[in-house]
Amino acid sequence: MIKRRFWAIVLILVSFLIGYFVYTSENPTSKFKFKLGLDLNGGTELVYKADLSKATSTPTEITSSMNTLRDVIERRVNAFGVSEAVVRVERIGFTGAESEQQLIVELPGVTDIDKAVAMIGATPTLDFRLVATDTDALSKALANASTTEEKQKITDQMFTYTGLTGRLLQKSVLEFDQTTGAAMVSLQFNSEGSDLFAKITGENVGKKLAIFLDGDLKSMPNIKEEIKGGNAVISGGFNGSAGIKEARTLVDDLNLGALPVPIQLISTQTIGASLGHDAVDASTKAGVIAFIVIAIFLILIYRLPGLLAVVALIIYTAINLALFKLIPVTLTAAGIAAFILSIGMAVDANILIFERMKEEIKRGRELGDAVSEGFHRAWTSIRDSNTSSMITAVILYMFSSTSVVKGFALVFFIGVAVSMFTAITASRTLLLAIKHDKAGRVLTFLFGGSFKNSNNK
Amino acid sequence: MFIVKNRKIFYTFSIILVVISITALSVWGLSFGIDFKGGTSVEFQYSVSRPSIDVVKAEIDSLSFEPTIKGSYNLVPTGDKGYILNLRTLTEPERSNLTSAISSNVANSVEIKKFNSVGPTLGQEAAIKSLISIILVILCIVIFLTFAFRKVSQPVASWKYGVISIVALCHDIIIPTGVFAILNHFYHGYEVDTLFVTAILVILGFSIHDTIVVFDRVRENLRNNNGIKNPKTFEEIVGASISQTFIRSINTSLTTLIAILVVFLVGPVATRNFTLTLLVGIFFGTYSSIFIGSNLLVTVEAWQRKSLVKSKK
Repeated sequence: MIKRRFWAIVLILVSFLIGYFVYTSENPTSKFKFKLGLDLNGGTELVYKADLSKATSTPTEITSSMNTLRDVIERRVNAFGVSEAVVRVERIGFTGAESEQQLIVELPGVTDIDKAVAMIGATPTLDFRLVATDTDALSKALANASTTEEKQKITDQMFTYTGLTGRLLQKSVLEFDQTTGAAMVSLQFNSEGSDLFAKITGENVGKKLAIFLDGDLKSMPNIKEEIKGGNAVISGGFNGSAGIKEARTLVDDLNLGALPVPIQLISTQTIGASLGHDAVDASTKAGVIAFIVIAIFLILIYRLPGLLAVVALIIYTAINLALFKLIPVTLTAAGIAAFILSIGMAVDANILIFERMKEEIKRGRELGDAVSEGFHRAWTSIRDSNTSSMITAVILYMFSSTSVVKGFALVFFIGVAVSMFTAITASRTLLLAIKHDKAGRVLTFLFGGSFKNSNNK
Repeated sequence: MFIVKNRKIFYTFSIILVVISITALSVWGLSFGIDFKGGTSVEFQYSVSRPSIDVVKAEIDSLSFEPTIKGSYNLVPTGDKGYILNLRTLTEPERSNLTSAISSNVANSVEIKKFNSVGPTLGQEAAIKSLISIILVILCIVIFLTFAFRKVSQPVASWKYGVISIVALCHDIIIPTGVFAILNHFYHGYEVDTLFVTAILVILGFSIHDTIVVFDRVRENLRNNNGIKNPKTFEEIVGASISQTFIRSINTSLTTLIAILVVFLVGPVATRNFTLTLLVGIFFGTYSSIFIGSNLLVTVEAWQRKSLVKSKK
């Protein structure tokens, strides 16, 4: 008896500490503050599609390109001082051939789409293409082409993609031609890029290599010999002081990162900060009211165990909130709805146990046995039903295409898992701590039996 | 026993609701949100006062987009000073042109409260993924049930528990979907989006949760029935199981419904349709696990006996 009560006190103390952690870590300097999603905090989410049609596309190269793309955008976003921006890559599509790569950029606090798009759009794409030998004929055709599609088709015939792109760039430097004084941009490839560059130049001596920046032809130097060491120069086109300025910007942009593949904006979402604040207030209010109503309901129907269930629910809430902070889980409006829903489901475990207990008391069992039996028998229901809920949550998480649904699924999963845990720890420990093997009429009543029943025993 | 005896009444009630839902779905259909069909939705608010809808429309009509958006957009007032504009997917320059068009008046500046644009391919992707996740959830639950009830194969095989729960699940998702079709026909704005699909999945999870609790009791009572002197009939066992779990089912659903109702009433506007779907779904989910799921066990067992008698003849 004393041992059981000791554990109950430990449980309450530990929960109190968890609650204290949740409360104190909400000050602005703490690193364990709740992370709020864009819909609650305000911000912008941009989804880009990566155009991989022109890239050499072995799966490993695609992965590497996409990772470079992510790093480059991340550097750029950070350079603009957006705090806690998230840049991630997602593979879309189930059939391998038609799979598509997406880049998702989340910018908390940025509600000006123009600014956001400009920030990312300023990143140049750089790639090197081999020029076909019969350029003259094709150039004429290009001049005559009327539609953009035709032009694109001819351009594709004129230039062959080499696979040498901004992905393989190490750094770029602004230089000046010693004789003419014109600005030049010198490029240094990394080791993979250097090998590829040497191979391309070695195999194509006499041809021309075109340097494209953001899809525009920048320069078209002749390949005189195999170039080892991975140095290339973009020259021409940078004339006068405007040219120098242009070259300098280009060098800065390239150093922040040149994109390995072109990207196209396919989805934008912006939530104003005020709308987010309203949602947080509304969700918090809803959570508190729901909790109070459920607590009153439980105490009215289940008396003393109901009160214990409310204590167990408070412990449940504290553990959940602490997990949200520690993992950390980005909370969205849907996530908070999932949490409130999971409180409802956590109550279910307690109700199952209590109903079983009541039944056992009605059958004339001693209160002590009734508690253990009620718990024991309710367990299979709790286990099986919660397992099916967790299966649902996992599938939701894996197959959702939006961060809204992902957030919902994660919170729902944590909620159900924690509810199982608190049912076997908190509810059980508390019930065992206050039960009496020789229960009087009052205690039996408090446990939900009627006075008449306990007299009949 | 009342519930098992009168099962035909409950079946009829459910069939009527399902038929109404399916009729509403096939006659009026569902309207899909932009996250499934692609498009743009802008919510903006004026700082001082809202200009009349014609003024804003004139501004939007003055934009010369290719292809034109004239006549194909939808502008509705929201709140005291705002509008919601729905239209096709925009290119980046079109988007900035639109923003400057609606905020041309400096004295009465515009705040874009919400801007959401989804490309058509992305929308299609989301729709396919949603469908796949619903099918997967259903499949996994059947497999799980067959596994969880593997030791109970008499008189009804364990996989039949799975199939019956699917019938109940279909009932639980067809009704809220039908309610959405009806609401959208009369009031508009009840669109099917990713949140709706999430709600449907939660309903699936909750309903199966409820059904399992009753089935679990049937499983226990069947075990206790083994080897006793006067074994009860299957019908009696199911009837007893339903009444033993009845109060628990009602109380659990009530607490969950209370929680959701509160979110529906005071929670954020963004999740209002979501919580409405949950309210309808969980209500009928509870109904089906008490009145439909377990009753179907009895019906299936009765069919089995009939066909057994026939084959013996």
